[in-house]
Parts: sequence; structure tokens; C-alpha cells
Amino acid sequence: MIPPPAAFFILAAVLFVLGVLAFFVKKDLLTQFMAVEVMLNAGNLAFLALAKSLGKAEGQVIVLFVITVAAAEAVIGLAIIVLIFRQRKTVQTDELKDLKG
Amino acid sequence: MNAMITNVPLTSIVTFLPLAGALLLIFVRGESVRAVRAVALAVSLLTFALSLLLFFGFDGKSGLPEFVEHAPWLGRGLDYHVGVDGISLFLVLLAAFLTPLALLSSWRAVDDRVKEFSFFMLVLETGMIGVFVSLNLFLFYVLWEAMLIPMYFLIGIWGGRRRIYATMKFVLFTMFGSLLMLVGIFVLYSAYHRATGGFSLAISDLAGLGLSPALQTWLFLAFGLAFAVKVPLFPLHTWLPDAHVEAPAAGSVLLAAVLLKMGAYGFLRLGIPLFPQAAASFAPALSILAVIGIVYGGLMALVQKDMKSLVAYSSVSHMGLIMLAVFSLNFVATEGALDQMLSHGLSTGALFLCVGILYERTHTRLIKDYGGAAARMPVFAAIFLVVLLSSAGLPGLNGFVGEILCFFGIFTSNKVLAAFGVSTVILSAAYLLWLYRRVMHGPLRDPDGLLRDVDRRELACLVPIVVLIFLMGLFPGAILRKMDASVSRYLDSLRTKAPVSLTWKPAARKAIPARISGDAAGPAQLDGRLER
Amino acid sequence: MAELFWLIPLIPGASALLLVLFGAKLSRRWVAWQACSAVFLSFLLSSAAFAHLVRLPPGAPGLTKTLFAWISSGPFTSPIAFAFDHLTAVMTLVVTGVGLLIHVYSTAYMAEDRSHARYFAHLNLFTFFMLVLVMASDLVLMFVGWEGVGLCSYLLIGFWFERPAAAKAGMKAFVVNRVGDAAFILGILFLLANVGGSSFSLINKAAGGGLLPSGLMTLVAILLFIGATGKSAQIPLYVWLPDAMEGPTPVSALIHAATMVTAGVYMVCRLSGLYAASGPASTVVAWIGAATALFAAAMALVQNDIKKVLAYSTISQIGYMFLGCGVGAYAAGMFHLVTHAFFKSLLFLAAGSVIHALAGEQDMRRMGGLRKHLPVTFPVFLVGALAISGVPFLSGFFSKDAILTGAFAGGQYALWGAGLLGAVLTAFYMFRLVYMTFYGKERTAMEPGHSIHESPRAMTIPLVILAAFSALAGYVGLPVFFGEKADLFGRYLASSVKSGSPHLAVPTEGLLVLLATASALLGIALAFVFYRRTPALPSRLASRFPGVYRLLVGKYYIDEVYDAVVVRPLVRGAEKVYERFDLKVIDGALNGSAAAAGLAGKGLNFLQSGLVRDYALAFLIGAITFLGFLLL
Repeated sequence: MIPPPAAFFILAAVLFVLGVLAFFVKKDLLTQFMAVEVMLNAGNLAFLALAKSLGKAEGQVIVLFVITVAAAEAVIGLAIIVLIFRQRKTVQTDELKDLKG
Repeated sequence: MNAMITNVPLTSIVTFLPLAGALLLIFVRGESVRAVRAVALAVSLLTFALSLLLFFGFDGKSGLPEFVEHAPWLGRGLDYHVGVDGISLFLVLLAAFLTPLALLSSWRAVDDRVKEFSFFMLVLETGMIGVFVSLNLFLFYVLWEAMLIPMYFLIGIWGGRRRIYATMKFVLFTMFGSLLMLVGIFVLYSAYHRATGGFSLAISDLAGLGLSPALQTWLFLAFGLAFAVKVPLFPLHTWLPDAHVEAPAAGSVLLAAVLLKMGAYGFLRLGIPLFPQAAASFAPALSILAVIGIVYGGLMALVQKDMKSLVAYSSVSHMGLIMLAVFSLNFVATEGALDQMLSHGLSTGALFLCVGILYERTHTRLIKDYGGAAARMPVFAAIFLVVLLSSAGLPGLNGFVGEILCFFGIFTSNKVLAAFGVSTVILSAAYLLWLYRRVMHGPLRDPDGLLRDVDRRELACLVPIVVLIFLMGLFPGAILRKMDASVSRYLDSLRTKAPVSLTWKPAARKAIPARISGDAAGPAQLDGRLER
Repeated sequence: MAELFWLIPLIPGASALLLVLFGAKLSRRWVAWQACSAVFLSFLLSSAAFAHLVRLPPGAPGLTKTLFAWISSGPFTSPIAFAFDHLTAVMTLVVTGVGLLIHVYSTAYMAEDRSHARYFAHLNLFTFFMLVLVMASDLVLMFVGWEGVGLCSYLLIGFWFERPAAAKAGMKAFVVNRVGDAAFILGILFLLANVGGSSFSLINKAAGGGLLPSGLMTLVAILLFIGATGKSAQIPLYVWLPDAMEGPTPVSALIHAATMVTAGVYMVCRLSGLYAASGPASTVVAWIGAATALFAAAMALVQNDIKKVLAYSTISQIGYMFLGCGVGAYAAGMFHLVTHAFFKSLLFLAAGSVIHALAGEQDMRRMGGLRKHLPVTFPVFLVGALAISGVPFLSGFFSKDAILTGAFAGGQYALWGAGLLGAVLTAFYMFRLVYMTFYGKERTAMEPGHSIHESPRAMTIPLVILAAFSALAGYVGLPVFFGEKADLFGRYLASSVKSGSPHLAVPTEGLLVLLATASALLGIALAFVFYRRTPALPSRLASRFPGVYRLLVGKYYIDEVYDAVVVRPLVRGAEKVYERFDLKVIDGALNGSAAAAGLAGKGLNFLQSGLVRDYALAFLIGAITFLGFLLL
């Protein structure tokens, strides 16, 4: 049995809020990055649910796009994090504040 | 010839070939400096060769843009629309002519990050040519702004000690002006839509709008500020000496020779034709600023201690004369202003090359560190003198033609302003020859034996300019004839669109009874014989 | 041959171009030969054209040739067109003839110089521009030559540019000339705008036909004359010429005595229709000329540098020419121009020979007694001195007399008196020079082993030729009591320039000639008394009138006055404005606004913590707010 669309929306919202909370609570760059991924996928889920309930294909197309972009982003993001760790020996965001004006 | 090349998008090729070259440079290994330089030089030379096709193919009888290319781009009037007419043709040529020379001149002066340097020079060339060929206001604005970027880096990376201050000042001044122009463009866009229901930013469409005088005034101020900064018109000139002093020689050459012309070109192409009534009513005020600029720039040049800032202030003075001629709004003055723009481009470009050559040897630009250099550098001394004299408007060299036409045109509009304008004859001789005397004459001051005469590469930079200086001075007809139709078209359009008198000081001259003799023109009526 | 007359300027021009480009690679011999033969060819062509001209029936127009349309834009047209009429012929022959002799002289004088080729290139270039000036058929092209000779003058005065004084003098000459040129350009503009062209025939026709308002004509004539005061070294712009003596002596002879400095006189004669039609302008010309003649002659009295004496003398003599033109005796002015070209270039070249003999010494106080050592130079110098002093039957006598007669005939008695007084002064300072240089004790300070020697043949032959002309050139323009037709020169020029004032009765003219002769002899006698018989007299006189003496030696302090009133305030003022206004006010306003923006930025600085989570929080708050707006 397929749950009603509302359930998917609720799930997506919960996932998204969890991602946001994790992003703010955690100080580790890697974890924060994972939190961003959670938010992205919450968005994906919402798109899919909407596509299904409206019976349109665009939502699925967008999800495919997002997955591709997220993959590329993960590659670059992780590479950056590794580079930062190599240089600074830390990925704690509190200590990375070179952009302070 | 014409039929053969009309099928080829020559204007676009000339405009974007340098950009393509710049992209090509990315794939050349940065360590092989020779290859980088060779590619950049070859591309810019090819561009110049193609621009010569524009020159020879240009008919110039109709006064309309030729080699026009028109294609939709972003839609809703934001089209790709380029072409050259008698007003823009020679500025395109000037940019295409000087870029290879500027590249060649930095052969030794720039040995740090050569690839990036050449890249930015080529991008700059596309920007410069693009501004001149744009027939669509949107395209014009995009390229106008885009040009700032390479210039920013050229001064900011390869500049002198205070380069950051100079670049910031340069960018702030110009951005400040052009942002208002952007607002003006929005207003024009909506005004056109309101008037016709369609969308267009084609300059020819906008010129026929018939805007209300109040709107014209505001728009003219918005556009005029952008152009006046670029010219630069007194008192908006202080960015220029700083930018010149700090810029590398090649940057100074293009800055003085081409970028400054964009201000005057902007007035001729946009400021005046789009808002003729406002232009006519602001002409007196701007003329007075221009006259102040002539005298002020000349006096400031007299007391500079740095060769480059001396040349920069001389540009302020010369550009003042050009602006004065532009705002005289008559045929001779406009042709004179155009010719003088080219002449100034050549002679000031060459002056910066000369200063660069001296700087390369001694690494100082202070006049007091030199003396008697002519003894060690006889060939250079001769070339430098020719260039100085060209800038001072010696008859027979290029500067004189533009200058006398400007004087005459200004004179027919306003005698008093012309009298002030003529003072440039004295001032330019004074500051230029004084410079020459202190640097090249007198007892030799070269404790470390650094001064040596120009080598072949440097000759290759300077000789083409010197040849052109003579050619333009002796045979200006080749240039003036191609301008005639466009200039009279430009003035005709002003006259039909602006009900106010364009010659803001009504000419109260007693006409001399007809022709006194058959061998010359009749009394010079204002704008007489426009239809030729 | 005559129809090739337009090649007259182009031959030296081409030669100059070759010398500029390849001079350094050519041998000295070749350079000298090429330069001289170019001028010689021009001279031949000029003679041919002149011969053609005198054979034409009276009233026939001269030769004209339009090469191409040079500048043309709307109502502004200016072709490259040459004309060769009677007036042009005179100038062309003088320029090429005297120029040739000076070229020849230079081959010896400059033989040892390091920059031999550059010298001849510039000299040829000068000849080119001078001929363009002379042969131009309109004012704009004349201006080309006008500026061109100014340039060559600059280059040749500063020829020994290592000397600061030479470099400075060259620049001063050019800049002072440019002051005049600015006025000249304005004059051209007025004519172009009101006559519709700048050809001389058109201007003279318009002026003569009363087609121009008289105020305008006076304005134009005075503006053009201001240009002439610069080029021809008249009050108030004469200050550059004495300094111009820093150049090589043959240059002083060619440019600063015979040809270029007389261009202003030529211009006034060329436009005699305009000047004759404007009474006030003619008055200005005459009075400036007379004032300069006296003023400069007075300064020549106390100079000790042999070339400076001649320089002030040149200024003074050109004053005479303008005096002649101003009183309407244009032919007389031209006549004096021609004779002056001969005797003044002779004097300069002979002075050059003296300087050459003394290895560069120019101070007359260290000369004296040279007549024994310089058997050729001394007699020719004496001929020149007699000619310029106006001693009867030498050329200067006739030409100066023609001017004075013209002034008297025009009823300008004051001007005539000034001219006469000037003649006394002229004779005095010239013979002061002769006595100090060639007579008396030898005061030379030569190192032993360096004997005083006469100059080589290439220098003395031109001197002798010039001396012959200085003596005899006057006979082409005899005064009226030799017969109505005796004034060949005046009649010859009648078709090109306005004819002078009415003739005087023969007895009156005879009296004038006697007075002129007496004043010349008086000057010579005074010089004899002062510098030959009682040499102590000058210093006694100087201590008696210290004020006058100091004023004259200080050259009336005009240079100092210009410096204090014009140059220094301008430069100092500009410096002050640059520091106070350009850097402080304009840049200050800019930097101030930048600083204000910076301050505002500082105030909001705390927002930029550098912590990613802070930014994310701001982002979140923004997103929620935005969503809130959308939902509500």
C-alpha cells in the first residue's frame, strides 16, 4: 500500500528541519556538509511527491538534475574539506573565520 | 572586394578575434613565454590586418553604418547589432593598430605572468573594439563595463607601487558614472516601450524618440557623467594621472589612446544624438569646463615631476580641446574633433611608449633623474622629438590637422572660447619642450651607463606610429573623406530633431557679399556646405 | 625649367630627409656635397623662374602650382599650393643664394663637429621650410613654413644640446615664437571665417575692395603682426633672439639674420593690401618697428659679446624694415630686407671667422688688433660695417635711405627722426665693434703654440662674394634724383606689393640723403673718439651715468621682468594649484567620500563574523521571513 502524499511531505519537512538543526548544532565541517545533503534530499523527496500527486514529469526531471549537481558538489565540497584539513589540521568551523571583516 | 566580404561577418570577426585569441592563450603553456607572446602578437596583428579590410571596404558615401550585422540575442530588443560608420571606423582602427604595438612594447617590461598579461590585453582589445562597433545600447553597455575588468587587472597586477589605490580610484570613478548610465538605459527602454509598444535598444531607434525636454535633461546628465569621467572632463580628471602613473606602459598606451576616446565617442554616438535638446542647452556649461580643462591641464602638465603624469595632464588638456570642438556642434569642429581623437591617440600612445622605453632602462620616471639622454640615444631622441611635436601640433604632422580644424570649428561657434582654446598652442609647446630639454638635453646624467639607444624591437613599436604621424599630417584627406557623410548625417539628424538652435551663440556675423573670387569657398556660413 | 618652380622647396626637403635617415652612414664629404648641391639646385631653379618672371608682360600673374588638396573639411579648405611672383622671387633668391653661401661656409666651419650630418640635415630642412613659407600661396601653408622654420631654429640653436644654455635658448625661442603664433592662428581663423579662404590674392583683394569691415581688418592685421613680432624678434617678443646666439655662427647668419627673422616683414609685404587698408594697424607696425630699432640699438651699444652685438643689431634693423612697411613703403622694407640679408650674414660669417680664428673666443674685450692677422676677414667685415652704417654708395645706405624717405614722405616726421637717431646708434655700435675687434692692442688670451690664423678658403670665398653684394646690391634701388626709373627694385615689386608714398621733390630728398649720411658719419666719428682715440671715455661715461649703463647692460631687465611677471607666477601658481586644488580639493573630495564609505563599513563590520553558521543563520531568518510573507 502506498501512503498518501501528505505523508511524504511530512517526511520531507522533518528531514529538512533535521538537516537545518544538524547544520546549526554541529561544528564539524564534515557533519555540516552531510546536513546539507540531508536538506537536499528532503527537497528531492518533496519534488518527487509533488510530481507523483500532480502526475507531471518535470518534478522527476528536476530531481535527476539535483542528484547530478549534488554529486558534483559532493566531490568538490569534500575535496575542499580535505584540502582545508591538510592546511589547517582542523575542520572545526569556529576556527575557520578568515573572512571576518 | 566589397561584394566578396559582405558575406563575411567582418565586424564581428574583428571584434571577437582577440577574445578568441585570449581563449587560445589559455591552452598555451604559461612557462613558454615566447610562445605566449608570439600567439598574442600574431592574433592582434591579424586583427589589425582584418580591420584594414574594414577601412578599405568602407564606402562612406551614405553616412550609414556599414558592415552591419544584426541578430537577436537575448530578445526584447537586447539584440546583437554591430557595424561601423565614419565616426567609429577610425577608432576601431586605432585600437586594432595600437594593441599589437602595446604588446610588443611590453616584451621586456612585463616578464611576470606574461600569459595573464597577454590574455587581459587581448580581452581589452575586444572590449574596446566592441564598444565602438556596437549599434545596440545594451551591447554597448555590456562591453563598456566589461572593458573595466581587464584594465583593472592590468593596472592592479602589473602596475607600480600605488597600483591598488590607482585601480580603485579608476574603477570607482568610472563605475560611478556608468551606473547612472545603466539607470538611464532602463528609462530609455521603458520610454521606447511606452511610445511604440515595441522593445528596442537600437541606437537608431532610440534617437527618434522625441523625449520631453525634462526627461532629456536627466538622461543627458546620467549618460554625460559616465562619458565626462572617461574623457576626462575637468574636474573629474584626477583618476587619470594616478591610473597612468601606476599602469604598465602598455596599459597607459591603450588607456590614453583608446579608452579616453570612448568618452568623446560616447557623446558623439549617444549623449548628443539621443538627447539633442539637452545637449544644446548644456553645451555652454560643458564648453566652459572643457576650456578650463585645456588651460588647467596644460598648466598642471607644466609642473609635473613625473614624466607619465605630465603626459597624463597633457591628455586632459588635449581632450579638453576635443570636447570643446564636440560641443561646438558644427561640421568642421566635429570632423576636427574626430581627427584630433586619432591624432591624440597616436601621439600620446607614442609618448607613453617613449616614456616606457626610458623607464625600462633606468627604472625611474622622475624628470630630474634624466639629462642629456640625446647624446646616448640619438635615434630615440629624433623619434621622441617627432612624437612631442606631433602632440604640440606642429604643421605637417598629424596633430596640426585636427587642431586647426577644431580651432576653426570652435571659432565659428564662439570666438572667445576659440581664443582660449588656441592657448594650447603655447602651453603644449612649453610643457613638452621643457620636458624634452630636461630629459634629452643638457649635460649627460647617466651615472650607471644605463642609457642605450633603441633596439630593433623598440623601433618596430615606434616607427609605424611615426610613419602614421607623417601620413596623417600630410594626407588627412584619406581619413576626412570617409568621415564626411557620417558627420553631416549626424549633424543633420540633430538639426531636424532639436528645435533649438544648435549653435548656442547665435552667429551675428555680417556675411561678406557672396564669393569674392571664384577660387575659394564663399563666406563660411555656420555649417556651410554640409551637403557636399 | 620655370614651370618646375614648385620643386624649389622640395629639393632641399628631400635632401634633408635623406640626411636625417642615412646621414650617420654617409661620409662627411658626401653629406656636405649633397647639402650644398641641393641648395644650389634650388638656387638654379629659382633663377630660372625669376628669369621667366621678368620676361612676362607687366600685369601678368606669376606662376602658380597646386600640388594637392591638403586639408579640406566643409568650409575649411587648404591646398598645398605654391605661387611664384615678383615678391616671392626676391625672397627665394635671397634664401637660396645666401643659403648656398652659408652652406658652403659651414662645410669648413662645422667640418670638425661630431654631429656633422645632423647639422646639414637641419640646415637643409630649414631651407625647405623657409622656401615653403616664402612660396606658399595661402596663409595656412605659410603657417606650415612659419612653424617649420621655428622648429629648425629650435633645433639649430640647441644644436650643441649638451650645453644647458643652448638647450634653454632653443626652447625659449620656440616657446616665445609660439606666443606669437597663437595670435597668428587667431588671425588666420578670422580671415578664414570672414573671407572664406586664406589665399593671399583673395585676402588682398577683399581688403582692397573694402569688403571687410575696417575694425576686423585692423584686428586681423594686428593679430598677424603679433605673430610677426615673435618670428621677427620685435618688441615685445624679441627676447629670444639674443639668446639664440648660442647656436653655431653660420646658423645665426642664415636663420637669425638673413632669412627666418625677416619672415615677419615678408608676411606684412605679402599682405600689403590688408595692411595698407588698415591705418591703425599700419601705425602700430611703424611705431613698434621704430621703437624696436632704437631700443635694440641702444642695447647693442654696451654688449661685449661680438655675436650679441650683431643680434641686437639684427633686431634693430628688422625694426627699420617694419618702420618702412608701416609707413607704406613696402618696397623699401623689402629692399632693406635684401641688403640686410647680404651685409648682416656677411657680418655674422666674418664674426664667425674671427671666432674660428680665436678658437671659440666671443668676448670682444679679449680681441683687438686682429686686422693684421685676418687679411681677408677684416676688409670684408669693414665693408659690412660700412654698409650697415649707411655710409654712402654701399647697399645699406640706399635701402635705409629709402625707408627714411618713405617715412618723411608719408608725413611721419617723428618716425623719420627716430630712424635718423637709430642710424647714428647703428654706426656707433658697429664701429665700436670694429675698433674693439680689429684695432688697438692685442688682448687675446691664446695659449702659446696656437697662432691666430685666417680661415680656410671655403669660408673666405663666401665672405668675399657676400661683401661684393653688400657693397653693390644697393644699385638696384637708387633714390629718385638718379631719375624716375632709377628705383628698379621698387618698380619691379610694384605688381606684388602696394606702392609707397608719393615721391618727394628732388631737393628735399637730397637734403634727407645728406642728413642720413651725416648721421652715419657722426656715429662712426663718435665710435672713433670713444674706442680709438680716448679708450678711457666709455668707462668714464659709464661711471658718470651708472643708472643708464646698468639698465643697458642689464638689457632693460626685460628678461627678468618677463620671468617675474609671466613665467614664474605661472609655474609657481600652477604648482600651488596642483598641490592645493588638484591633490587636496578634488582628490580630497574623492578620498573623503571613500573614507566615509569605509567608516560606514566599519560600523557594520560586526555582522561579518567570518563564522559560516552566523551567515547560515542570517540566511535562515531571511528565508523564514520571506516564506512568512508569502504565506500570510
